[in-house]
Amino acid sequence: MSDTFGGGPTPPIGPQVGDGDSREKALRQQSGSPDAGGEERGENAIELKEVEGLSQGRIVFKRFIRHKGAMISLAILILVVILAFSSIGIEVGFGALKVSVPGWWMWNYVEITPIVNGAAPTLSLIPEWLGGAGISFGAHPFGQDEIGHDAFARVMRGTQQSLMITVVIGVVGTVIGVAVGSVAGYFRGRIDAILMRLTDMIIIIPLILLTAIVGKTFQNLGSFVFALVIGAFIWTGLARLVRGEVLGLREREFVDAARVAGASDARIIFRHILPNAVGVIIVSTTLTMASAILLETALSYLGFGVKFPDVSLGTLISEYQTAFNTRPWLFWWPGTFIIIVALTINFIGDGLRDAFDPRQRRGLNRKAKNAQAADREQPTASETAVGASA
Amino acid sequence: MATFLTRRLLASFLVLFAASFVVYVLTCYSGDPLAELRQSNARNKAQLIEAKIRAQNLDVPPVLRYFLWLGGILRVFVGAFTLGTSAKGQPVTQLLSAAMGSTLQLVTTATLIAIVVGVGIGITTALRQYTSYDYGVTFISFLFFSLPIFWLAVMLKQYLAIGFNDFLANPQIPPTVIVVASIVAGLVWLAIIGGNAKRRLVTFTVAAASTAMVLLFFSVTNWFASPVMGPVVVLILGIGTAYLVTVLSTGISNRKSLFTALSVVGGLLVAYYPLQYAFAFANPPLVIGIAVVIIGLGVAVGFLWGGPDRAQSARTGAITAGLVYGLILIDRFMQSWTIYTSYVGGRPIATISSQTPDLQGSFWVEGLDSFTHLVLPTAALLLASLAGYTRYSRASLLDVLNQDYIRTARAKGLTERTVVMRHAFRNALIPITTIVAFDFGAVIGGAIITERVFGWSGMGALFNTALSETDVNSLMAVFLVTGISAIVFNLIADFTYSALDPRIRVTA
Repeated sequence: MSDTFGGGPTPPIGPQVGDGDSREKALRQQSGSPDAGGEERGENAIELKEVEGLSQGRIVFKRFIRHKGAMISLAILILVVILAFSSIGIEVGFGALKVSVPGWWMWNYVEITPIVNGAAPTLSLIPEWLGGAGISFGAHPFGQDEIGHDAFARVMRGTQQSLMITVVIGVVGTVIGVAVGSVAGYFRGRIDAILMRLTDMIIIIPLILLTAIVGKTFQNLGSFVFALVIGAFIWTGLARLVRGEVLGLREREFVDAARVAGASDARIIFRHILPNAVGVIIVSTTLTMASAILLETALSYLGFGVKFPDVSLGTLISEYQTAFNTRPWLFWWPGTFIIIVALTINFIGDGLRDAFDPRQRRGLNRKAKNAQAADREQPTASETAVGASA
Repeated sequence: MATFLTRRLLASFLVLFAASFVVYVLTCYSGDPLAELRQSNARNKAQLIEAKIRAQNLDVPPVLRYFLWLGGILRVFVGAFTLGTSAKGQPVTQLLSAAMGSTLQLVTTATLIAIVVGVGIGITTALRQYTSYDYGVTFISFLFFSLPIFWLAVMLKQYLAIGFNDFLANPQIPPTVIVVASIVAGLVWLAIIGGNAKRRLVTFTVAAASTAMVLLFFSVTNWFASPVMGPVVVLILGIGTAYLVTVLSTGISNRKSLFTALSVVGGLLVAYYPLQYAFAFANPPLVIGIAVVIIGLGVAVGFLWGGPDRAQSARTGAITAGLVYGLILIDRFMQSWTIYTSYVGGRPIATISSQTPDLQGSFWVEGLDSFTHLVLPTAALLLASLAGYTRYSRASLLDVLNQDYIRTARAKGLTERTVVMRHAFRNALIPITTIVAFDFGAVIGGAIITERVFGWSGMGALFNTALSETDVNSLMAVFLVTGISAIVFNLIADFTYSALDPRIRVTA
């Protein structure tokens, strides 16, 4: 009934979970008629479901749902992703194999449009009944730059690129980090020493220095390759964390049991050890992705990241920073989107960290604490009654 | 100890050399150093290219060129240390020494302020866990964590620099701002100090009223145009500092300690005018020398007052002495403010470069110059570090507060102040030392961006130009400085860790 998420058996919380079948059979024998047995079975099924043990995944999920900040951030992030990818459509492919999916926005990010409203944003949010100009988006809600590009389309394109790069960096970094960390932690000895020296070598170089150098080398090959290369250097923190976890987990009994049963090293790592470290890995991945978007935009701002004609939020800010006095809107919107993506990913990571932490307890604020203290001091009427009668 | 040290250093330097090899080769392949020359239309293009190839050994493959560069470094043992020449032919050591000064200034200031303020805020949020103050600070620190530095830097340039300079032209504070600021200040202090309803009301009123009075005073007297503190204000602030330090350090009930602090303040006030005379000859060694003497005197006063534990009074005396001396220094700097403003044409907060060119002034004017040039880049750099320190110190203190020995201390009947300051605080500081070492690398990275935005010509700018022109030698110099500082900081962090935590000793 309950799937165990690696590790050991789920601790039973009531009647033995796995014994459902035998209990049903016994009850059916007792009651006699098949109908009565069916009813009993239904009731038992409900009763068993109430005390059913939860898998780690479900526990974490329930706790995550309760974290309001993380849920709101998740909703906002999904909205931003949908907006970015649907508004101006997606264009993938190199050269001949281009796949283009059109979006619902009227301009794309390279079109030059006639200047409207003095290139200022046509977005107005104050409704008419409050004295504003009414809620409307207009033709250029984020304004235009001096040439006539639509800023909204460019910001959306930049968000697409930055999001794609972030995800690729996260995935690549996680894969390499988990691989290096688990191998180093599991095998120890010489392999551990070599891998950790290698990791130290990469850690000693400040990340932005290293990524700037490799970013400049590979920026001509497109954003995807750029993301792959950055991901290849960002895994060091995760590797250390995973190594720490694996060093602890490999001493547990279930690893011995698996080895005695004849499991190969790879199987032990992937099937037994890593699923127990998954909390640390997921949290670290989300936090890496949050810092990855900041890193990528910083590199693009410096000129060592995404290159013209490709658009990234960082290149937009670099392009428009001198226009801050005359056209501040060009500067506000890319920055806002960077902040939104980074902030939401950070909150989600924090929510996940709280959800995975077994020692986390929800604290009470002052009012609730006082109520609890008051409850303790004045036993309820029923308790005194029971005490008196006993 | 010595074996540990040598072994650690050896291992670290080996790692550094391996890393430098990787960086060298990667940089060589990152671009073409001759790209600019190839596109130029000079008549002797071929000779220029030839000369450059010879000067920088560009015909040697990168893997072997690394050893040529390494040879230059190892010649330090023969006294002919060289880091090579830059793309433009200057010796890199010259470029580096010029650049290192300003970057180190920036980085150390930002890190110090981030640590002090971050740890302070983290500790107060940990003590007030789950209140709205805690949630507010957590949200704000998340926000700062997610801010792109370059975006923030341009924002600061606009609002802090240009806005403040415009404000200085007519430094009146509008009444709405005063009201809002007082209410906000009252709310913040209310949240930090906490307590029952009556205490909160009192805190709120006092904080709001004093903020309002101070702001009104600033507005009415055009204080920002010509700031002045004077001995009276120094005295009042000094007494306040004395009380604050005593409360935190030993508790108000320790009368000897309180009297130490107050007498230190009194003594410094008496020395106010003699100090002003001494400041006329100020230069950095003199100022620091006076600081050391004054702190020593603070310790001596503490010993003289005695009390149940002389070391405690001495500590209170030393801290108060240092802080009030700082107030006197700030007062002296303020006296030079109008002179400085006249030098820079009424717009003191600078947005570009690390110093005003051709500024010849006294120690105080030049100090103000450094300060106004440091304000913006430091603010930009420190916000992200601040968020990190707040979160870590909060988590660390929460961990410590859940320990058994804290419960024992409370059960023994110690006041909350003693439990927190004497037991929890010190133990919570231990993990932070390790973070400082790691944060340093991040701050150097931030400096690269900040120097680009603010036009500083420090190591970050050196790195930027070096990478754009594929100037390997300059880039390697920057990396070497960063790498060596990272090793040094890691070592310091390890030693501090073992010094603070008696369970960990520096052993092999």
